[in-house]
Amino acid sequence: MAGELLETARTGDALTVRLNGAWRIDNIAAIEAALAQLPQEGARRLVVDAGSLEALDLSGAWLLREHLQALQSAGGRVEFAGKPPSQFAFLEEITAQQAEQPAAEEPPGSLRDAIAWIGREAVQQWNQMVDAIGYLGRIAMTGLRSLRPRHLRLASITRHIYETGIQAIPIVSLIAFLISVIIAYLSAQQLRQFGAEIFTVDLVAIAVLREMGVLLTAIIVAGRSGSAFAAEIGVMRLNDEIDALHSMGVDPFEVLVLPRLIGLLIALPLLTIVADAMGLAGGALLSSLLLDISLTQFIPRLQDALAPTTFWAGLIKAPVFAVLIAMVGTYRGMQVRDSSRELGRLTTVAVVQSIFLVIFADAIFAVVFVELDF
Amino acid sequence: MQQRSDSPVISVRNVVNRFGSQTVHDGVSLDVMPGEVLGIVGGSGSGKSVLLRTMLGLHKPTSGEVLVEGRNICSATDEELLATKRRYGVTFQHGALFSSLTVAQNIQLPIREYFDASPATLAELTELRLRMVGLPSDAAGKLPSQLSGGMIKRAALARALALDPGLLFLDEPTAGLDPISAAAFDELVVYLHRGLKLTIVMITHDLDTLLATCNRVAVLIDRKIVVDTLDGIMKNPHPWIQEYFHGPRARAALVSVDKAR
Repeated sequence: MAGELLETARTGDALTVRLNGAWRIDNIAAIEAALAQLPQEGARRLVVDAGSLEALDLSGAWLLREHLQALQSAGGRVEFAGKPPSQFAFLEEITAQQAEQPAAEEPPGSLRDAIAWIGREAVQQWNQMVDAIGYLGRIAMTGLRSLRPRHLRLASITRHIYETGIQAIPIVSLIAFLISVIIAYLSAQQLRQFGAEIFTVDLVAIAVLREMGVLLTAIIVAGRSGSAFAAEIGVMRLNDEIDALHSMGVDPFEVLVLPRLIGLLIALPLLTIVADAMGLAGGALLSSLLLDISLTQFIPRLQDALAPTTFWAGLIKAPVFAVLIAMVGTYRGMQVRDSSRELGRLTTVAVVQSIFLVIFADAIFAVVFVELDF
Repeated sequence: MQQRSDSPVISVRNVVNRFGSQTVHDGVSLDVMPGEVLGIVGGSGSGKSVLLRTMLGLHKPTSGEVLVEGRNICSATDEELLATKRRYGVTFQHGALFSSLTVAQNIQLPIREYFDASPATLAELTELRLRMVGLPSDAAGKLPSQLSGGMIKRAALARALALDPGLLFLDEPTAGLDPISAAAFDELVVYLHRGLKLTIVMITHDLDTLLATCNRVAVLIDRKIVVDTLDGIMKNPHPWIQEYFHGPRARAALVSVDKAR
């Protein structure tokens, strides 16, 4: 293939290069190969004969020209037999137009780059932390200001309660039910070895009410609503809707962030109660199927097992989780700038971070509750 | 370039486009001759974009046919259509640069897709495209979100030229640009048209662009099309055309062109 595009013949100190065939982008690999064949050194004079070219497009001409120029700057002399192809004139024009190109970037020094990278990351992390604290403060201030009823967007809050709460009931119920089935199954298996199957009821009730109900609900809501918050607000940012609100003197925190926060603050505890109920129902069902503990035995056992605080120890966490999820979701949404790629990235970040924060907070709660004997 | 100058590059024949009960085109015929710059104008909703999409083979007309370089793209197989698509470049109204790729990667995407070029060659071809559209070489590493409106249009043009097409479609190339950038872009189009001997079809609302670049103008009106030279179309008695070329906004553009002449 390469031989078809280019033939060389040596006469004295001159090398004649005859160009044949189609020098088009379609043949780009062949052109590359043909040009690579040309001797880099040795020829003081290079005569290019373009007379029998079938076709030459700008890409072909450009590659040829760049290569010839490289030979020239290496000390060779390049001339055309006859007129150079017409594309060369256009290329001359293009290159002449932009003689002043910006200076090349300095060559990368790996150690220097690495240190600069560490520095840049550190500064970025620091700025982000300051930013996040500022965000928290801003929400608190807006919240305080919005205590007057006129500033509380009730319609918006209701919509968010519906979207984050009511619409999540089926999936939250199902998962709470399944989780308690899993716990009941596992603990029944273990406790049977001691003949203490009846304590399955205690295990399921305490695990669901204290931990699993609220934790799983929060994780599902983080996945459902945390991502939705980030994506909705992010798209509004991309459409300049946030700037439009600012320009109208409407505080985006008041109309976008706070309703979501308040909505979730109401919805998440209610969802937790649903999850608790479904979890206990799952435990009761499995107890009667697997352990022959009927409902009439299950309920008194449940009352014995639960301390008055057990239910509250779970529920009290819900508002905290709600704040974390709403804050992270809206914060990441507000960070979206310029491109849809950012939107996708920050939505993912919002979900991952809010789930992480929920579990982290839950761990702190666990330690504190043990210390307080709650 | 090897095309005989008397056979049209694109031939739209009796195209009818109907969406539900709404007829957008009712027997539209249009020939695009090699080497010309054809402007398509028309009011909002007159079906300019649908016509462009029909010519690109992205939309199948209800009836009628479109020949690109003699090949009927309405009945072409997928492979034939692909071969035709390789012969033209398109810029979309908002640039349609892939937002997750740098400018250089955007330009290289079609080349990589079709050909097996080495990284060094790709870099050289990218540099050529950037120079052709007048972008500085440091734009290569930038993401589309880091570019100004005018640079996005230029980068989109560079991508459209990636495969050295003989035929170029421009959809509202100067929309959203300031008059200076728009004029510079018009100049670029004229320059490339001359230098690369391109055939260009452009949709535009911008009368300045139309006057500065186009040889012929197609006006979409009442579901039909009127094609004429620029001077001819301005004498057309149709009220919409008169309003378009002689309304208050048009006069200023015409005056400036007369001065330039």
